[in-house]
Amino acid sequence: MWQWLVRLYHRLGSPKWFYELTGKWIIWLALLSGVGMLVGVVMGLLFAPADYQQGDSFRIIYIHVPAAIIAQSGYMIMAVSGAIFLIWRMKMAAWVARAVAPLGASFCLIALFTGAIWGKPTWGTWWVWDARLTSMLILLFLYFGVMALQRAIESEDASHKAGAILSLVGLVNIPIIKYSVDWWNTLHQPATLKLTERPPMHPDMLIPLLIMIVATYLLFALLVILRTRNEILWHERKRSWIQELPEVAARIKGGQR
Amino acid sequence: MSLVRATVRRDLLLAARNPGEWLNPLMFFLMVAAMFPLAVDPDPAFLAKIAGGIIWVAALLATLLSLDSLYKADVEDGTLEQWLASGESLYMLALAKALVHWLCSGLPLTLMSPVLALMMALPDDAYGALVLSLLIATPILSLLGSVGAALTAGVRSGGLLLSLLILPLYIPVLIFAASAVYHASIGMSFNSQLGFLGAMLALAMCLTPFAAAAALRLNLSR
Repeated sequence: MWQWLVRLYHRLGSPKWFYELTGKWIIWLALLSGVGMLVGVVMGLLFAPADYQQGDSFRIIYIHVPAAIIAQSGYMIMAVSGAIFLIWRMKMAAWVARAVAPLGASFCLIALFTGAIWGKPTWGTWWVWDARLTSMLILLFLYFGVMALQRAIESEDASHKAGAILSLVGLVNIPIIKYSVDWWNTLHQPATLKLTERPPMHPDMLIPLLIMIVATYLLFALLVILRTRNEILWHERKRSWIQELPEVAARIKGGQR
Repeated sequence: MSLVRATVRRDLLLAARNPGEWLNPLMFFLMVAAMFPLAVDPDPAFLAKIAGGIIWVAALLATLLSLDSLYKADVEDGTLEQWLASGESLYMLALAKALVHWLCSGLPLTLMSPVLALMMALPDDAYGALVLSLLIATPILSLLGSVGAALTAGVRSGGLLLSLLILPLYIPVLIFAASAVYHASIGMSFNSQLGFLGAMLALAMCLTPFAAAAALRLNLSR
């Protein structure tokens, strides 16, 4: 098992291997996430019972919760890839980190946006300085910082490393931020908005949510893979294996570049 | 070790010869804080409630202003390369630079804060909390900021970028420090907040120089 993992890890470092392997995955990821979302949305919107307090407005959790989870794990993936790049100098890891950053930020925005839409009918306001909202907002700021830094540094290698260092510093900071915000919130407005604490969910509501979480994870994986493949194509464009790829070779022959 | 001492000495000397560099952020600190009563409400009872927070936000912004130049000159004139060639650890350099930055920004801010607090009608009980929280927490600002300064040292117009990178990381410090002042002003104990700030300082002192050293190396490979 360990041997196999080590070999997998070394292979993942090869852009060519990654490109060829993920080429076979794309269609399956797209299909699975598409079907999963369709099923999840239909079950969530049509078949799940309405919440006894919030009515139908609770149904936005089927987008809100998966987006929020992925925004958080996206940062983790970005920081871990960054660490792998810093330690083992694996180019692929840096490209993955760069591919994840805007996606994670987008999911973070989706979570904040849907949260605001949800907040209006349930809390009567678009935004409250609730601990969870605030920490998501700070997560968005952290994403923005990493993206801005990656973009500002011209040297390719240095920009990857700088982004990795910053995302690692952020990673160490996230628990501290989370803790301090929770602490701050309970200090200033104790127990005003208890609606966020749902009773244990009924399976009819929970199952569509779980399906949506898995489907959104698959979508995220698909998007990360697509973006990483773009990075590979761009950075390895001079390599012969890229130019021999059927989709590239056809274009070169046709005179389109 | 003597190299560390020499660097601290040189940077302090540079600051002494060029007082604008550390005086300007101090004046900025004063002016930003003075904007709030003008813009919001000069009523002392109201000011007393927000004084701690305003002084802390102003201190954050003033620190950011002075961070930009922390490594710029050393990267541009090759001092950094000399340091690396000497074999002395960059960790120590990062620590020394943060120390000098704190001596030139955090410490004067702390010393000046009671004057501002007076103008902001901060309750008498809160003076101790304000000065203590600034004393403990401004070094954290310098340490965290030195990572950002090292990352952006080679970037043109890195000042704004630096603020984008560092401000989110300052949030825990802001929360605990402002709450210490607030708690003191309503006559409650603020030991736990100071304890947290102290823990953060210890953590920052151990970890941030690693990140800053790694970031400094990037400026050499450029």
